[in-house]
Amino acid sequence: MSDVETETNTRIRELIDQNRVMLFMKGNKIFPSCGFSAQVVQILKHHGADFQTFNVLADPAMRQGIKVFSEWPTIPQLYVDGEFVGGCDIVTQLHNSGELEQVLAPKS
Amino acid sequence: MSGPVQDSIHDALVAALAPTVLEVINESGNHNVPPGSETHFKVIVVSPAFEGKTLVARHRAVNSALAEQLAGPVHALSIQAFTAPQWAERGGVVPDSPPCLGGSKR
Repeated sequence: MSDVETETNTRIRELIDQNRVMLFMKGNKIFPSCGFSAQVVQILKHHGADFQTFNVLADPAMRQGIKVFSEWPTIPQLYVDGEFVGGCDIVTQLHNSGELEQVLAPKS
Repeated sequence: MSGPVQDSIHDALVAALAPTVLEVINESGNHNVPPGSETHFKVIVVSPAFEGKTLVARHRAVNSALAEQLAGPVHALSIQAFTAPQWAERGGVVPDSPPCLGGSKR
């Protein structure tokens, strides 16, 4: 790994450790720049989740780094409690099946 | 009419997952790309390979089969992955992909 990759990896780890519900997306909560990202924001808001976002379009190293970090080729990517949950399709499917409620519920 | 990228996605998924149902849909026309583009796809895959696997594991299997396409021309990939019983239970219905918002103009 190059220095930049190591640094990016550390930043990603910090973000998902410091924010219980962390979404890497294109754009932000107010102005998503991609329909897939917008859909995940909408679902998280629907559940009243307290979540943070990172705009990968503003940071090419992070845009590439997040794909390497999770071995997942697409964005958005949702992390809860430090664990990778999935992208738009998975979040939508968990929302429709009712399982997302459990994923988002604070662990005691 | 299907294009070369669409065909390669189809063939790669057949080879990797032996699906019983496979639909490769070119949704590029809904996005901010020139006509005839092959950049945005949705795949519906029903395969015994998904038995007992989490959603993340299923998507990883599809992503890995399509690593070449995702590293190249394919910009967005929506995945609907089911086992045969789940597919029957759903009556063969999958949700619509979200609309384009302009994107990163790649």
